[in-house]
Amino acid sequence: MTVFCLAELDGGAVDGTAAGVADASLRAITFARGLAASGGLAAVVFGDPPVSDLAAYGVTDVHAVSGIDGYAPQAWARVLQSLMSEHSGHAVVAAGTERGNEVLAHLGAITGLPMAANCAQAVDNGDGGYAIVRQRWAGLLLEEAVLEASAAVLTVATDAVSPVPAESAAAVTVHHVAPSVDGGDLAVRAVETAAGAGGASLATARVVVGGGRGVGGADGFGPLEELAALLGGVVGVSRVVTSEGWRPHTMQVGQTGTKITPDLYLACGISGAIQHFAGCSGAKSIIAVNTDPAAPMMTRADYAVIGDLHAVIPALVTALRDRAVPSGGGAAGRT
Amino acid sequence: MKILVCVKRVPTVGGAITLTADRRAIDTRASGFAISPHEECAVEEAVRLVEKFGGSVMVATLGPAVAEEQLRACLALGASGAVLIETEPGLEAGPMATAAALHSVAADGGFDLVLLGNEASDTGDYQVGIRLAHLLGWPAATGIKALAMDDAAGRASASRTYRGVLETFALELPCVVTVKEGINLPRYPSLPGRLRAKRAAITRVPGPASAASADVRMTSLRVPDAPKKQATVLGQGAEAVPALVNVLVELGVVS
Repeated sequence: MTVFCLAELDGGAVDGTAAGVADASLRAITFARGLAASGGLAAVVFGDPPVSDLAAYGVTDVHAVSGIDGYAPQAWARVLQSLMSEHSGHAVVAAGTERGNEVLAHLGAITGLPMAANCAQAVDNGDGGYAIVRQRWAGLLLEEAVLEASAAVLTVATDAVSPVPAESAAAVTVHHVAPSVDGGDLAVRAVETAAGAGGASLATARVVVGGGRGVGGADGFGPLEELAALLGGVVGVSRVVTSEGWRPHTMQVGQTGTKITPDLYLACGISGAIQHFAGCSGAKSIIAVNTDPAAPMMTRADYAVIGDLHAVIPALVTALRDRAVPSGGGAAGRT
Repeated sequence: MKILVCVKRVPTVGGAITLTADRRAIDTRASGFAISPHEECAVEEAVRLVEKFGGSVMVATLGPAVAEEQLRACLALGASGAVLIETEPGLEAGPMATAAALHSVAADGGFDLVLLGNEASDTGDYQVGIRLAHLLGWPAATGIKALAMDDAAGRASASRTYRGVLETFALELPCVVTVKEGINLPRYPSLPGRLRAKRAAITRVPGPASAASADVRMTSLRVPDAPKKQATVLGQGAEAVPALVNVLVELGVVS
């Protein structure tokens, strides 16, 4: 009885940095360890496996797959399928990332097994069934369900599980896998190139300054951009801003945009539809600036300023600039 | 170019999700309905491709009779035909059953391309497009934010950004592509489009009679406990700025 977990790597091919296990996959491995109980926990890595990182998370077996050039979702699924049948796997887990959901959907289609996406919990009932809790509406609603199958195929809602190393590192056996993959499984394969956009990414920014309908138009973002630059952060927007064409969709925070996890989210002129909360509830602190004290955002924010962002934000920018250049000269002590 | 777009009728939830008494569905007595945002973009993408290359756009949905409303909305945007695979009201078909039902429409239509949203905004199963592609024996790409078709060569190029890296997939036609919001900015329906949609005939075919399939079986739904906060009000307008600066210092985002 073995639980398999697809472990995605960070870095690598494109930027040339040493590859570690992606944070989302560490969360999936933590989840899979709970399912494995006393059985084996096998990580499947396409590329060079960071073995000690995996051992720290309780992985007992690492299947290092070589010979597949680049990301090929159907081929990856085929490898998982053959590992599962070879080692009588009783569950296959992956992070609920774009790749994780895609590969396990292929695995479900190839094997005819059901696939449960974005699970927050799974308990083996011991009778061929699993009691699962999975996210709907990007986590705004939870579904309690029964998964009955010869093997459980599921992805993990990465915001519902924290990455926790095992109490003690496991002794790891590394298996080198060089699969013979059918050409048809390789027909769809990613060609990777560096994405154009530079600057801090919305998903990983420490500070996000949000703008919504209250900004008023495409030319109203200047003060928000200035504030974001002062705070070392980036600007994010609500759905209305992108559907009005004021800003590109890459800046959207929410269910159909980006999920953010900053230390601070400063939401300006955003009333707060629940689809927006699905994207910003990972913020450690939320400050709302809004003319409406009854806006839904007020029930999610830690602090609020009641007022027009067009008055508040320029005043805040001025105040922060004044702090940055204190009178008397800050360099005096270095002479 | 013949394109099939698969859509799903979902409730438009705005402020809060409330459930029916049996906790097996969202209480929709006060809500409207729409197709998911990703699917609005799938329809727009199909209409643009046909404007460029010629051809036709068919929309299909698996749902209750009232899902006709969503098909007509797609017709108003430029689709030329619609199929309703009709289910009993209240039946929630899982992703395997949904893919099988859509396959019956997709297989015989002579389509070059089937477009879907990456995931439905309600159930979020992330698999219907891929399962449909396997049933058809066609290649698939998911989460796509840019799509270029080479009609003459019978190929598509589909790309998305993943962990800051641009991934581009080359696909032979016919193929299945699931798209995400951001691939385009959907148009609003025109008045002539609405009038045409009102009169258009919708093909109806019977859907699966029961939810019986190997799919995951939902037992109940629950709304997670939201951290119910009441924000500390720092003040009104620009007068609140000194207090706001103090909070930023406390939070460690300014020194």
